[in-house]
Amino acid sequence: MPSALINVPAKARRGDIIEIKTLMSHIMETGYRHTASGAVVPRDIITSFACRYNGREIFRADLYPAIAANPFITFFTTATESGKFEFEWIGDKGFSETASAQITVE
Amino acid sequence: MQQSRRQLLRLAGSAAVLGAAPRLIVSPAEATPAMLATAIRNVVGEAAIHTGKVKLDIPPLVENGNTVPMTVSVANPMTADDYVKSIHVFNEKNPQPNIGNFYLGPHAGRAQISTRIRLADSQKVVAIARLSDDTFWSATVDVVVTLAACTEEVL
Repeated sequence: MPSALINVPAKARRGDIIEIKTLMSHIMETGYRHTASGAVVPRDIITSFACRYNGREIFRADLYPAIAANPFITFFTTATESGKFEFEWIGDKGFSETASAQITVE
Repeated sequence: MQQSRRQLLRLAGSAAVLGAAPRLIVSPAEATPAMLATAIRNVVGEAAIHTGKVKLDIPPLVENGNTVPMTVSVANPMTADDYVKSIHVFNEKNPQPNIGNFYLGPHAGRAQISTRIRLADSQKVVAIARLSDDTFWSATVDVVVTLAACTEEVL
């Protein structure tokens, strides 16, 4: 079952630089492995991740098979206003997951 | 597993009947330094790549190549007219030279990203940052991997 772990500070002062940590459980099958019978295990990875802060995109990443299983990505942003972070992961085989987190900015 | 072996034998049998040798294992081509250079050129184009500004934090000796923590930070202010646009990470010897592209903006506050990567062999890892003035800065680290990320058999 896909599931996300998000770590965003619940509160911040306006102008603070905050760290956002994300983890999505996913096998990240590279497409370079073989079964015992020699068949290639088809690629199944997350190819793209994006984060929006009150609707505006603040971070985006293209992922390749060299990203480890259960992609863990951290990045920074400036807390400007209270609101919502929305996260989106898109991948092979129609994989699409979203998550969100609230922040209060004083 | 049982079933897939049976299917394979059946497949092999029918291939033999057709007189075609079953092609079973197609080992993935290793990325080469040339592929690394091409992947980098795809991102930077003809621009010159300067050394510096970028800090690539990755353990120099890795026990398990399946999950290697990596942090890239760029010593550059993040203001509206001088910021880091993107960070690109490449490797030399995985089957594919790209690791990831990360797109930031002036509002990021700090040009730093972390993730966990796979390394199929002891090799060079290269991080390149693109600044808002479209100059490119890079850092390269040599990593020794004792247990390579698995590109072979699934158990």
